[in-house]
Amino acid sequence: MIKLFSLKQQKKDGETTPRAGNQKKASAAQLRITKDINELNLPKTCNTEFPDPDDLLNFKLIICPDEGFYKTGRFVFSFKVGPNYPHEPPKVKCETQVYHPNIDQQGNVCLNILREDWKPVLTINSIVYGLQYLFLEPNPEDPLNKEAAEVLSSNRRVFETNVQKAMRGGYVGGIYFERCLK
Amino acid sequence: MGDCQDSGQKRWDHLRKVLERPGPFCHPDFEPSSDILDFIMTACKVLVVGAGGLGCEVLKNLVLMGFKQIHIIDMDTVELSNLNRQFLFRRKDIGCSKAEVAADFINKRVSGCHVTPHFRMIQDYDDLFYREFHIVVCGLDSIVARRWVNGMLVSLLNYEDGVLDQTSVIPMVDGGTEGFKGNARVILPGMSACVECTLDLYPPQITYPLCTIANTPRLPEHCIEYVKVVQWPKENPFRTLLDGDEPQHVSWIYEKSLERAAQFNIPGVTYRLVQGVVKNIIPAVASTNAVIAGICATEVFKIATSCCVPLNNYLVFNDVDGIYTYTYEAEKKENCLVCSLIPQTITVKDPTKMKLKEIYTLLTDSAQYRMKRPGLTTNINGKSKTLYLTALRCLEEKTRPNLSKTLEELGLSDGSEILVVDDTSPNTMIIRLKYLSGDVEMN
Repeated sequence: MIKLFSLKQQKKDGETTPRAGNQKKASAAQLRITKDINELNLPKTCNTEFPDPDDLLNFKLIICPDEGFYKTGRFVFSFKVGPNYPHEPPKVKCETQVYHPNIDQQGNVCLNILREDWKPVLTINSIVYGLQYLFLEPNPEDPLNKEAAEVLSSNRRVFETNVQKAMRGGYVGGIYFERCLK
Repeated sequence: MGDCQDSGQKRWDHLRKVLERPGPFCHPDFEPSSDILDFIMTACKVLVVGAGGLGCEVLKNLVLMGFKQIHIIDMDTVELSNLNRQFLFRRKDIGCSKAEVAADFINKRVSGCHVTPHFRMIQDYDDLFYREFHIVVCGLDSIVARRWVNGMLVSLLNYEDGVLDQTSVIPMVDGGTEGFKGNARVILPGMSACVECTLDLYPPQITYPLCTIANTPRLPEHCIEYVKVVQWPKENPFRTLLDGDEPQHVSWIYEKSLERAAQFNIPGVTYRLVQGVVKNIIPAVASTNAVIAGICATEVFKIATSCCVPLNNYLVFNDVDGIYTYTYEAEKKENCLVCSLIPQTITVKDPTKMKLKEIYTLLTDSAQYRMKRPGLTTNINGKSKTLYLTALRCLEEKTRPNLSKTLEELGLSDGSEILVVDDTSPNTMIIRLKYLSGDVEMN
């Protein structure tokens, strides 16, 4: 331990006029996301898009599965990384309409590490792999789209046809899906 | 009444016993003296961040311990629900700035005291403001704000040839409470564990699996969370973002949550619960605040006077059932994203000629760095700028033209900092540019 300041050292009252937006330092969230992105190791089925390369906090992830039910599809996810990253997970939405038991019509994604199981040691890479896994193994146990989940657990063949129909653009169960083939 | 006379008053006798005599718990460097009391009364500048439950207590404690040069900052206004514990506020103050009301109350009540209020966000001020203070003490309810203050104080550190200049250290005392639990810690930026080193200690926000709230709700909270997360964005009833302080918004959530709860036969949805879930309200307990604020003020006193070795460095407190407290030393994280960064200086002869590529090559080729594929970013006028990132093809393509631009063209100036990340190190590196431009005479 040190004696931090001598008694003689006086701090003077300076100008305390606010100078908003003059922050010279990167925030902790900014530092962390830069690191995450530099360490991103994307599988060959994934790609990213940064509308503004200076803004690393907002970007899109594009997944084109090369096997499973969703092969030949193209799905876009938006990532919004908040100021409290990595204490809080990024907000991830699916921007492509998809017939999937774990993704709903509003683009909400049911992936445990995006909500209840998020931990600061996880990275953007963990989420990318989590999302990719959802397309390989849709999980009917924890559904967001209940109808899709019921079809998947009762008849995989029908589920597969439904997925195909939705990806080509068309109605499944009264809901219209836009075409999202690669 | 002059300050010298004031420190001679009888009311400070108890402090003199501690400050003017040696003792077994003193800091090794402690020299008893009557100057110390004068120092805390006239020169020592303390910043209190937050004028809420903890802030009111801390402020009161500090002024009654002799501190007079205190600044207090808070962006919030007084609300009715604050009055049971934030004792510097009265009913008439509702709607007024917490910082201003608190400062006013103290200045009137305690003679010779000069509290300066700042009705602002902490982010409104820059390093020039924070540099003024000897000690910063935080009573906040937000992790983002803590991280921000922590980052600011770390950024004020000076390094000379990689060695920390200890006079640039501004200690941070941080208190926090949640119901009957609390913690207090002392952070010596650059020397001991900082907020970012121990980020994973903060409890995660309570969240429920999306599929549960969507399909198998069992708790009233599940119903409220569903309306908040799914129904609000879908129906967007007021064409704006959800605001937990807007009674209309809360009422809407309340009604929809009731409907959903009825559907699933779940009892227990109340307006209060809705408020709690929407705003993530953590119940505040006055006694916990008082204990934690007492510890924080004592630490400020110990650091300012050296009359006792400060807390080392993390204390947890729990009075749910009896009283429990435990203190341990949180360790500095070697690769902490914030406090492990030691800036290295690169001298630039002519920023109108030197290109970014030269810096990049230096990082990859020089024996000192030998990086694999460094990513370079910076901050210009508060806006982040990606200089060059190779990890992703789309970013590499967009930022490649920067390599052939000069430092001046990129908007970098003397003293600018470039952040460098690379696979070869878990740490981010900071490069500070030092211009040796011709128009400034070197002494």
